[in-house]
Amino acid sequence: MLKQFEQQWGQKIMTTKPLQVAIEKKIKAGQKAFIPYIMAGDGGLKAIRKQILFLQNEGVTAIELGIPFTDPVADGPVIQEAGSRALKEGANLKVILNEMAQFKEDIQVPLIIMSYLNPILAYGIEKFVAKCEEVGIAGLIIPDLPVEESEMIRSKLITSPVALVQLVSLTSPQNRIEKIAKAAEGFIYAVTVNGITGVRNEFGKSLDEHLHNLKEISNIPVLAGFGISTPEQVEKIGAMADGVIVGSAIVKAFHEGNESAIKALLPKVVVND
Amino acid sequence: MVKELSEQKAGRYGKFGGQFVPETLMTALNELETAYDEATKDPSFHEELQYYLKDYVGRENPLYYAERLTKKIGGAKIYLKREDLNHTGAHKINNALGQALLALRMGKKKIVAETGAGQHGVATATVCALFDLECVIFMGKEDVRRQALNVFRMELLGATVVSVDQGGGTLKDAVNEALRYWVTNVEDTHYILGSALGPHPFPRIVRDFQRVIGDETRKQILEKEGRLPNAIVACVGGGSNAIGMFHPFVNDESVKLYGVEAAGSGIQTGLHAAAFAELKEGVLHGAYMYLLQDDNGFIQEAHSISAGLDYPGVGPEHCYLHDIGRVKYSSVTDDEALEGLKLLSRTEGIIPALESAHAIYRAAEIAKEMKPDEILVICLSGRGDKDVETVRAAMGAENHDN
Repeated sequence: MLKQFEQQWGQKIMTTKPLQVAIEKKIKAGQKAFIPYIMAGDGGLKAIRKQILFLQNEGVTAIELGIPFTDPVADGPVIQEAGSRALKEGANLKVILNEMAQFKEDIQVPLIIMSYLNPILAYGIEKFVAKCEEVGIAGLIIPDLPVEESEMIRSKLITSPVALVQLVSLTSPQNRIEKIAKAAEGFIYAVTVNGITGVRNEFGKSLDEHLHNLKEISNIPVLAGFGISTPEQVEKIGAMADGVIVGSAIVKAFHEGNESAIKALLPKVVVND
Repeated sequence: MVKELSEQKAGRYGKFGGQFVPETLMTALNELETAYDEATKDPSFHEELQYYLKDYVGRENPLYYAERLTKKIGGAKIYLKREDLNHTGAHKINNALGQALLALRMGKKKIVAETGAGQHGVATATVCALFDLECVIFMGKEDVRRQALNVFRMELLGATVVSVDQGGGTLKDAVNEALRYWVTNVEDTHYILGSALGPHPFPRIVRDFQRVIGDETRKQILEKEGRLPNAIVACVGGGSNAIGMFHPFVNDESVKLYGVEAAGSGIQTGLHAAAFAELKEGVLHGAYMYLLQDDNGFIQEAHSISAGLDYPGVGPEHCYLHDIGRVKYSSVTDDEALEGLKLLSRTEGIIPALESAHAIYRAAEIAKEMKPDEILVICLSGRGDKDVETVRAAMGAENHDN
């Protein structure tokens, strides 16, 4: 009883951002959230619109939009190579946001920007947040910004609809997980492996327990990501969490022009709504 | 008054430093910080470190009065701190040894490291052989080519050397790959970062293991001259030999400190490694620091004839020392460094590492303007054997026209 009361009370006083609302809507409908990742500018700047609209049409919950960077330390070979191709196409945070402003009216699906910190610092944090709001960005994932350093961005988002998504890893001890869960907005990004993004054949046995524990602690949805690349993994890991994020497999499929591979990855429960 | 130089908040040097890393590494960094704090309070750790520094590395190394160089320059009395005489030929072993002992305390039996010139890689492979630790070294493709002999040395010592093709194939790219490897193997692996860079607590740990350079210098100059030097000069890539040398003198206002970065082909050509020449702040490899980058925040490749200075950033404590004006930073071109190398080789019979040659060139200029009763110390961070091929290629045209 008490726990239930606390949870209700806790939720009430928390600022709920639109990204969280969109994901919870999916969960309340008995479905799993599915968030694909694309590398903005891979295939040219014009491919951004095409890829977003394709995924939106497939009924994905939200889309993670990767910003290419020269030194992507959290990424594996597939996304590194996609990033290099995007850099060669002249993609950077500024031109990507300007490109997206061109077709913002066509976008209904929540968009999450995944960028390393330095391009955001170079853009200017306040200017960047303002531009995100203008384009209608729902969330930010900054892989090299742990919760201890996040104040520089978090403080600029207090009154903003933009959510700062926080990552939790398998190595995070319980007290850290609690600290991160308190600060988290939108959803919690549960990193499912020790490592970088990319294809994995196996996941640790403790993953089920880890995700279960996270869901117990968190008041907001818990989505699993890193290394999820097959329809079986989407189903299996999706069952342990509120949904999944798929990166490298989507990036690879778009690069190879294999859109049917993307459709195969979408969880069976996803229907257009 | 010299301003308070201790870290103002954990891992911060003024606004520089911090821990900008993926969440997966945060626990490892916290563990490392705890293990390091415990080690520093444990007398047996210091005893063990001292034992190996003395009987294995060969410390203390000399503070040598370079009499012929002094006469040739005709200014201040020049001393050389002979880090080149350490086992493995550079200052890098001081830190590699300390961190390997830390890894043993943490129960980690695997080591990963990056290397540029190969000196840190050789030092790491050496201590891994000494303590029976598994060792993987990441090295940029371009550096593997430039430093083939050091690659072979590491392999002889039992290390696995992985050539990194990504990016420009230099030190920055090797750090990226080492970090990726560490994220993937964090539970049983310690990352021996080689410079005063990266996320907290690395800049502090590396500085503390390198401050033996400055501590010995201070003691030796007091013994020889009965007073502190007027000036100290050290080369700065990431900045480990310089911070180790400077740290014990930072509160001695009478001692002028000079850091020398690599100007490569010249600052105006854009092909250099001098972060202080552009003063652009940013985040790379876990730390907020001055960093070579373009307007989009993309990191630029550094350029220098010396692989060890070929890094686009500069350690966070140096950034702070720059901003408060305690250390004066400047840069020296490839050609000037070659002049420095020739100068020391011919006046003293010591072939310095190309990295150290940057410090020698600038020190000669500074010493010239000083009085004969003043003292200048150069940190001779490493010996030049590893660079002989590079130097021969660079000087070949002028010396062997036939």
